[in-house]
Amino acid sequence: MNTRKTEVLVGLFIAAGLAALFMLAMKVSNLNIYSNEAGYEITANFENVSGLKVKSAVTMAGVRIGRVSDISFDPENFEAVVKIRIENKYNTLPKDTTASIYTAGLLGEKYIGLEAGGDEENLKDQDKLKLTQSSLVLEKLISRFVDSFIDKDKK
Amino acid sequence: MIDTLQQLGASGIKFFQRLGRANILLAHIIGGIPSMLPRLSLVVHQIYSVGVLSLLIILVSGLFVGMVLGLQGYNILVDFGSEETLGVMVSLSLVRELGPVVAALLFAGRAGSALTAEIGLMKATEQLSAMEMMAIDPIRRVLTPRFLAGFISMPLLAAIFSAVGVIGGQFVGVGLLGVDDGAYWSQMQASVDLYDDIYNGVIKSIVFGVVVTWIAVFEGYDAIPTSEGVSRATTRTVVHSSLVVLGLDFILTAIMF
Repeated sequence: MNTRKTEVLVGLFIAAGLAALFMLAMKVSNLNIYSNEAGYEITANFENVSGLKVKSAVTMAGVRIGRVSDISFDPENFEAVVKIRIENKYNTLPKDTTASIYTAGLLGEKYIGLEAGGDEENLKDQDKLKLTQSSLVLEKLISRFVDSFIDKDKK
Repeated sequence: MIDTLQQLGASGIKFFQRLGRANILLAHIIGGIPSMLPRLSLVVHQIYSVGVLSLLIILVSGLFVGMVLGLQGYNILVDFGSEETLGVMVSLSLVRELGPVVAALLFAGRAGSALTAEIGLMKATEQLSAMEMMAIDPIRRVLTPRFLAGFISMPLLAAIFSAVGVIGGQFVGVGLLGVDDGAYWSQMQASVDLYDDIYNGVIKSIVFGVVVTWIAVFEGYDAIPTSEGVSRATTRTVVHSSLVVLGLDFILTAIMF
């Protein structure tokens, strides 16, 4: 009887431990976001991708439809090449979709926002987005702002 | 001058002798695992004394560590107007660091010391020698199940610690301080990565479990068979395993993240 009691308690302990692991995996981590990893990949060249990371969100109309899967540098055009993986169910994006890099909040994470164009044809695997808008670099913006004041003073 | 040098050398040699003995013992213990498989009830009993009996201290400390993290994190984050990221802070610090490390420290204090004292007393009262007289390998009969039990229990305890801590942080952050419940969980899910954070935390806790039980079992088996020797061995178990856990944590963190 005593053995049975210990065994039941050990069973409970192991079940509780596994349940805790399961909870960490399902509720705390991004497992459910990753659930459908499959998708098609498109590339986009940007002049500047500062702050964008692999696994950053790719959204359209504010809804996340994919993730950045790879960021590399093109040494010929001196541009950043971003590979974007979009979930298979969103396969009706027009071919002239534009991509821009935005910031969530003032100091938040960078993400890619896609905007649909009007083309009849749809994007396919390994297609390339032609129209892109680079990441906003705060220093450049400030210097432009300051420069505009200096110009005014001169006039 | 020469005397100090000699002392230094002697303690160095002693250290490496102990390290060597510990490694040989570990090899013996691991060699005993296959013969353990048909007698899992021995392991189950050890999991009871090592794991189940440590559950209370793990649950209570996990809850309070999580609640303190929630409180402290809120006070810091509210200055930046980003108290929604409280969940990220609580869960990342628990899953990556505090869960494995604090659980391992508590485990060393609660279970490691008990293991050492038990095995040391078995040695002091010549139970281990008696087993050898009966042609039972005391390493396989006594040490292997305890080692396996520590190896199995520690990751589970660390996972329970982290899970309870996250709930404790939610209780303080959402329940008392008014962080939005949805933001608490969704920001957490957006930032905590299954592979980078959770798996690495589990790997950490497995490593700590092996090291802490190894030290505890070795200190007990290597203890001078007197009451003083056993008490010293027990102290050494807690001190050494705590130091090793903290040191290893730094190395593992440097490799993983």
